[in-house]
Amino acid sequence: MKWRIILDKFITLISTMFFLFGIFILFWILKDVIVNGLKSINLSFFLEDPRPPGMEGGGLRNAIIGSFLITSISILIAFPIGILTATYISEYSKSSKFSNFVRFVCDVMASAPSIVIGAYVYALFVKPFNTFSAISGSFALSIIMIPIILKTLDELFRLVPNFTKEAAYALGAQKWKVITSIIWQYVRVGILTSVLLSFSRIIGETAPLLFTSFNNMFFEINLFKPMATLTVNIFNFAMSPYENWHKLAWSASFLIVIFVLIVNLTSRLLLKEH
Amino acid sequence: MNNYSNFAENLFKSLSFISTIIFLLIFISIFIVLFYEAKLSISKFSIHFLFNTTWDPVKEEFGGLVPILGTILTSVLAILLAFPISLGIAIFISEICPKFLKNFFRVMIELLAGIPSIIYGMWGLFVFVPIMKNKIEPFLIKHLGFINFFNGEPFGIGLLTASIILSFMIIPFISSTIIELFSLVPNIFRESAYALGSTRFEVIKFVIIPYVKAGIFGSIVLGLARAIGETMAVTFVIGNAYKIPQNIYEPTITIASSLANEFTEATTEIYLSSLFYLALILFIISFLTFSISRILILRIIK
Repeated sequence: MKWRIILDKFITLISTMFFLFGIFILFWILKDVIVNGLKSINLSFFLEDPRPPGMEGGGLRNAIIGSFLITSISILIAFPIGILTATYISEYSKSSKFSNFVRFVCDVMASAPSIVIGAYVYALFVKPFNTFSAISGSFALSIIMIPIILKTLDELFRLVPNFTKEAAYALGAQKWKVITSIIWQYVRVGILTSVLLSFSRIIGETAPLLFTSFNNMFFEINLFKPMATLTVNIFNFAMSPYENWHKLAWSASFLIVIFVLIVNLTSRLLLKEH
Repeated sequence: MNNYSNFAENLFKSLSFISTIIFLLIFISIFIVLFYEAKLSISKFSIHFLFNTTWDPVKEEFGGLVPILGTILTSVLAILLAFPISLGIAIFISEICPKFLKNFFRVMIELLAGIPSIIYGMWGLFVFVPIMKNKIEPFLIKHLGFINFFNGEPFGIGLLTASIILSFMIIPFISSTIIELFSLVPNIFRESAYALGSTRFEVIKFVIIPYVKAGIFGSIVLGLARAIGETMAVTFVIGNAYKIPQNIYEPTITIASSLANEFTEATTEIYLSSLFYLALILFIISFLTFSISRILILRIIK
């Protein structure tokens, strides 16, 4: 009789400790990123390009612009494909087998190693043109993004009550009209959050960019040239032996982590309000 | 008017069909492109690639056994560490903590999943590796050194460190899945067991876990699939050495980290092709593990 109670208390204690351990890891990482990041972040971090090793100062203006540019373009590619595919499988496709197959492929793609996507895009867009390019980085990121958008939207479209669609059909509306002005409208907040969430997910992606957009020590906005990004710079700088570059890597990490946390929390709040 | 609207309808429908096809084509072409690029290496080294430990760019002899083994070892070790902790977290959040804190705590754990893997990698290298090298590994060697693979030099970077960093990354994934599974257990089951005088542990052990057993197994495999494909967190702390580790502290390499390190440096055709061979193997392994986890989890939901 007593043993049962002791065992129960023991499991409760262990579970609570494991939970506290998880929270501890979260705060430990955040603390290090914030403390080290704040130490070296200043105005010149945003306004200057990196300097050669050994020289003090410098910033990551080129990489901030690069990350923003490459990620934005990948959204422009991934969003239309994501929303149209989600629309097709949930509204148009007559065979549920086909829809479920697309859903399965979507899940497989979502769990595919991102470095493999990088290798795939390298073979298709870097090797034939003999140059790394920002646009190939965007392609790689968009392939990672499509399944995320597709999955969220597919689930959202199911939440639209049938009677709203039927009401529109009863008024003689055509299917595309019902989809664009009833279904998409109904879940517009969800669409926004899915874009935000996938944005926060891919801004931190590194592996698919290593051999697509590569890196660049200089400021570059030509999409057909190699371009710097925050994440690839973190990788190169942190692996280098130079103190000053380590500082830049911490600042870049700080920027990304803060951005990811803010976007993550805002989109959760947005979803909650609806 | 009628013509115009028919046109719009057809256009919209075709567009959405075309994007579905594009999406499927991307998926299928990943296999084809990787296979095509790896063909040179496949025809030269054939299936023996999988069992050869040599990776010598100078002599142009390539075998994938070390990175394949490294991938499997780090992922399995990471799961062994992450699963008990994740199960504990899931039990705490869904069965122990007060209801009004449930969501808040869940978000905290999920934020851990939102941190990009490169941050885990860099943090691991600068903060965690020194602790491993000076504290944890000497401690393990001193107290568990009598077991063969716990005995060795404290390297700091290596198999164990990579697995621990990986386990930090997959803990939120596994625990979220288990919380999700626990919420599928009808409350009436819990209440009936409590009414019979069961303790919380007995409810968890005899009611909740049996109900979602296959799903929990699926969540483990899902975590495994994550760990297998993870690149950045591992590359920083694995040591990147083409060597089968003799104990859990030694540096080794995974498929993903060898791709990350060597892809841009591959100078010869056969070198690059062998890297694509590795990429193809990685894609197939992750495809298979994902399919298994999917089958297991679906069995619960249906």
